Amino acid sequence: MSAAGALPELASVYWRPRMTAERLRRRERLWTLTTVAHVVPFVVIAVVMVLLSPVALPVSLAALAHAWLIPALYARRGATVTRSLTPAEDGPERVSLGLLGDLVDHDARDLHARTGLVPEPGRLGTWLVGEAGALLVGERRVSCWCVRATDPEDARLPSGDRVAHLLLALRSDEEGFATVANLAFSGARWRVRRRLPKRQRAALDAVAARSTLCA
Amino acid sequence: MSRLIRMDGSGHTTLAEWTAEDPASVEAAVAAFRAELEQGSIAMVTRGPGHAEHVRELPLDEQLVIMRRPIAGG
Repeated sequence: MSAAGALPELASVYWRPRMTAERLRRRERLWTLTTVAHVVPFVVIAVVMVLLSPVALPVSLAALAHAWLIPALYARRGATVTRSLTPAEDGPERVSLGLLGDLVDHDARDLHARTGLVPEPGRLGTWLVGEAGALLVGERRVSCWCVRATDPEDARLPSGDRVAHLLLALRSDEEGFATVANLAFSGARWRVRRRLPKRQRAALDAVAARSTLCA
Repeated sequence: MSRLIRMDGSGHTTLAEWTAEDPASVEAAVAAFRAELEQGSIAMVTRGPGHAEHVRELPLDEQLVIMRRPIAGG
């Protein structure tokens, strides 16, 4: 990807340090620590309660449920970045998909038709770009980024244009793109996968298989 | 023939077409390009697979220049 010009939108998030591979790793580790910090206390409570008194088993089970549910809710929030928005009318949708098709190769076009996501290899990992966000797929981890094109004043953008907006921005400045976007979740691939709509899991699997082959 | 298009609610709209041999078409394309920039659009050209570049002046030798809206974290 070209780094010739920084993304103009960086001016609107001037307080954020520019994302780099190192900063991304730090944020990923922070997400892991956050997950551990949510899970471990509840698991400890569950064990201690049942050891203190078997009568407290329901409390232990409730604590274990919390240990499972809280990370699952975070992952769910992350997976929503790939959701499809309400489509525009047929005509604009077709036109926008034609333009998007011109920007990507046959495999990406095919994957988009099946899943609504466009794969895009980058320096930080492989991206899966949707209408309202993108997944950054690593070897075992997925980071979920919430970002979207701003609509014109008089109309809503059709789905192909939404993806094309993000794709062009990503291609022009990947690190800038990751700076502008909001990181909604970062964690194990399986956590995100199970929260994705079924048709989009194929996109994640396809990209993950390529990541494993390249590793 | 080069084209300047804008992604919008219709899918995309062709704002201008030009050839280097036709100064009037170039002038009209440059005017349309500047008007779009003033509206807050961002101009992009593709540079082969996986590459795109933000341009601030209309690149007259490009076949396709795409105007997009700004993106923002959701």
